Amino acid sequence: MKAIIAAMLAALAALPALAQNFDDPAEFAQQEAQLAATPMGPEGAPWEQYLEDSMVDTAAMAADGPGPYTVCFSNAGVNNPWRVVGWETMQAQVALQPEIGDFIAVDAEGSDDKQIADIADLVAGGECDILIVSPNTTAALTPAVEAACEALPVIVFDRGVNTTCPVTFIHPVGGYGFGIQGARFIAENVEPGGNVLMLRILPGVDVLETRYSAGRRILEEAGLTIVGAEFTDGDNAKTKSIVEDYIQRGQIDAVWMDAGATAVAAIEAFEDNGLDVPVFVGEDQQDFLQKWQQLGLTAIAPTYPTYQWRTPIIAAVRILQGEPVPGPEWVLPQPAITAGNLDQYVNPNMPPLHYAMCGCEGMPGYPQAWGGQ
Amino acid sequence: MRVRAGPGPVLAVSAAIYVGAILLSGQAQYLLPENLVSVLGRAVALGLTAVGQTLAILVASIDLSVAALISASAVLASVVMDGDPAMVVPGVLAVLALGAVVGLVNGLLVAKARVNPLIATLGMALVIQGGLSAVVSNFAGAVPPAFQLLDQGSLLGVPAGLVLLLAVAAAASLMLNLTRFGSDVFAAGGNPEAARLAGIRTGRTVVGAHVLCSLCAALAGLYLAARLGSGAPWIGRDGVYDLESIAVAVIGGTVLAGGRGGVWGTLAGVAVFAMIDSLFNILGVDAFAKQVFRGVIIVAAVAAYAAGTRRLVA
Amino acid sequence: MTLAAPRPFAARLRGVNPVWAVLLLLLLAILLLNPAFAEPQGFMNFLRRAAPLCLLAAGQVFVLTSGGFDLSQGAVVTFTVVGASMLLDNDEGATGWVILVLLAAGAGVGAVNGLVVSVLRVPSLIATLGTMIALGGVVMTWSGGAPRGYLTDGFRAFGRFMWRDVPVVGLLPAALLVLVAGGALLWWLLHATTYGRLLHAVGDNPEAARLAGVPVARVRVIAFVASALSAVVAGVLLGGFSGVSLDVGTGAELQAITAAVLGGTLLLGGRGLVGGAVGGALTLSALFTLLNLLGLPQPVREVAQGLILILAVAFAVRRRGT
Repeated sequence: MKAIIAAMLAALAALPALAQNFDDPAEFAQQEAQLAATPMGPEGAPWEQYLEDSMVDTAAMAADGPGPYTVCFSNAGVNNPWRVVGWETMQAQVALQPEIGDFIAVDAEGSDDKQIADIADLVAGGECDILIVSPNTTAALTPAVEAACEALPVIVFDRGVNTTCPVTFIHPVGGYGFGIQGARFIAENVEPGGNVLMLRILPGVDVLETRYSAGRRILEEAGLTIVGAEFTDGDNAKTKSIVEDYIQRGQIDAVWMDAGATAVAAIEAFEDNGLDVPVFVGEDQQDFLQKWQQLGLTAIAPTYPTYQWRTPIIAAVRILQGEPVPGPEWVLPQPAITAGNLDQYVNPNMPPLHYAMCGCEGMPGYPQAWGGQ
Repeated sequence: MRVRAGPGPVLAVSAAIYVGAILLSGQAQYLLPENLVSVLGRAVALGLTAVGQTLAILVASIDLSVAALISASAVLASVVMDGDPAMVVPGVLAVLALGAVVGLVNGLLVAKARVNPLIATLGMALVIQGGLSAVVSNFAGAVPPAFQLLDQGSLLGVPAGLVLLLAVAAAASLMLNLTRFGSDVFAAGGNPEAARLAGIRTGRTVVGAHVLCSLCAALAGLYLAARLGSGAPWIGRDGVYDLESIAVAVIGGTVLAGGRGGVWGTLAGVAVFAMIDSLFNILGVDAFAKQVFRGVIIVAAVAAYAAGTRRLVA
Repeated sequence: MTLAAPRPFAARLRGVNPVWAVLLLLLLAILLLNPAFAEPQGFMNFLRRAAPLCLLAAGQVFVLTSGGFDLSQGAVVTFTVVGASMLLDNDEGATGWVILVLLAAGAGVGAVNGLVVSVLRVPSLIATLGTMIALGGVVMTWSGGAPRGYLTDGFRAFGRFMWRDVPVVGLLPAALLVLVAGGALLWWLLHATTYGRLLHAVGDNPEAARLAGVPVARVRVIAFVASALSAVVAGVLLGGFSGVSLDVGTGAELQAITAAVLGGTLLLGGRGLVGGAVGGALTLSALFTLLNLLGLPQPVREVAQGLILILAVAFAVRRRGT
């Protein structure tokens, strides 16, 4: 009995060490460099461009015959507007590729448990020529992806897994890059000693933690005062309430957010209290872009582009035809929307939570399939 | 003679619809035995939780803290085991101890402090979830590969998880039907006043039912830790185990007011939900539409069971 | 004949709902930590934020008094906000009829809940659970996971607009007026009409009420309709305050039940207090504000909420003496 208690206490004490490392200087430096790099690949099609000059030879994985192929997709879910836009974009890409005969997609509804079962089902069904996976979480899905790799070629995108068995892992620059873009902008526009409010969605989500750690590092290095780092749960009302409370307590010179879903709510907190909106970091949602243009804000919108949902389909067709693809990691460019190119992306005919960096203008079904007019 | 609906007919009708829809859509390969087994295999965590929930509902109580407890159990198991096969037994014991303590607190709140079970267990859920989130915010620890056999192993071709579920269900059923405690459960739930007058210690019975319910949820947490390789504070919430375990228990014929129902009915309810999931996957229908369907099924099943009763419900 | 002696002050004080004392304590604590709260900017913003929960709690009281639970309120809130964004389609002139359509739809949901409970004999916990799940699915299917339009300024005015330079109070949120009007209506319905008395009777002892000739089914249906309508109005306020989002109503019904219980409404029927529910909602909102100010992390707030819930009900049970 004592031994059990001792073991538990030891385990609890060791928890901080077990926690994933979200402050990796090497990764930070690499992403910083990638942000500045010139992409290779076709001009004007960032979803086909790549930042690291390394290709994978896929001749051995080519399918027998020219197609049409059956492409399978295990989707973590469509449980937030970013994924909804991405999913729509992916389906439009499939429509553009005559080489794909059958596109089988399964939705895991945000559950690791279900996604593990979904992948097992897709592999067991025997119909897939290639499998695309967007993992719900990294660690939990790794064994399922490894098992799938033994049966057919696998492409992973968005979040990764802890194995190198997939043919390629497609993703934009990354969380550190996102955090850097926003924080640098604030550092350039606010005097040292200025007050910054950092708003975050949830703790423990790897893609968000890296944004925060990079952002915080840069803001602190620039001599700015971080008056608070609050969790909003991604809830509009909560965000607005939190910002209102901070406004009451003192001047805010900049707001940094790790995602833009509740950016407009935060902006409205300033408006409702009769204040000017300070320097702002949002994201590429239409409602934020339109508010930015309308109020003439000093702002930037880093993006985690939804056009990355096009790339796995393109990669799948290439692999099945034996053509080389960037790999083992296909790093896509991760542009930010600035005052310079804002006009290109604002579109009042699209829904408020539509992500402008979708690369979907001109695709079949645009704009109605994405909810626009 | 009045024919009352029971879990048997509900399961039979669902199975018929399932088979029919698959055949119509031309995907008969999904009717192979190994696929059917895998359909049920997915529902192990829900099944384990639902068996425990059945016991709580039988004593006219309810347990909304199961989802939080599942998360806490999975995290505790993976943190204690931390990849070391020698720590598997202490890990399991620690988790069972946690389950027993939570069940004890729930039971005492309901039976002794007379707090409404909905509120008591909802409050406990918040306390557990908050306590858990304060300590970990992501996957923590790891489960040794030996323990993962609980998910990946099989006995005579049946997945280990399913074997565990059937064993737990059988044990619960035997307990309910053959032991004194079991008959006390039905009595305390069906008519607490009469039970008390008959000398049954209803307070103890309720506490016992809650302890067993939480132990089942703890087992579900262990199973999920084996399946995912580690535990995280959100896995209970992701699976919506609290509301779903209640839903499958009532679909299976267990009555919310207590005193009537059973474990096998609950497993039938689990099978119905698993079939709905699988069918929607195969047909490629929107996950959103599935929600509408589920909501309607829950109400329809309970309405079918209640048809003909004259009792007023609130 | 003796006239009743006027109750001494101490006895009158004991008769006041304790939730107001708790609220006062919390407000004082907030003031200590943040003196700016005493300014109109501070407490009017607080009231604007708390108004939706106050209305939700007041509506939930009706179902609680009848002996049941309404778990579908949150789904109705989300339906209102998302539905409004889809129907308004950025057309200012549509604001009026869209709100009417949403109110009608809400009444429909409430009626379905009430009928399922009264006619199909499904316990309200299950009936409203089913509605919650199904309605959530309807909202997601209709919007495809991402709501289409913006909410018009006219629609948002209810939840967001504030009159400035008002004499005495400085700021006056429109939401406060909606709360006062809605709250007064609900209070009147429960405490000053025959219906209110019938509802209490049904919740206290449905069999006896039925034998006494009370139209139990109709009374129940009206209670569920009241709860759903208050959820629609709360949705209008919330959508107005914070804009369109898909999870605006998540967990709202459990907070409403907590608030009602804090305010003295008894679970499983028999006694409902609209005023107390509003007080409970303000108390919960004040608690969240206080925890925010103290800078306590989210997990601590969850634990605090859970403990308060349990203690409040346990305390209420002791007071009732059963």
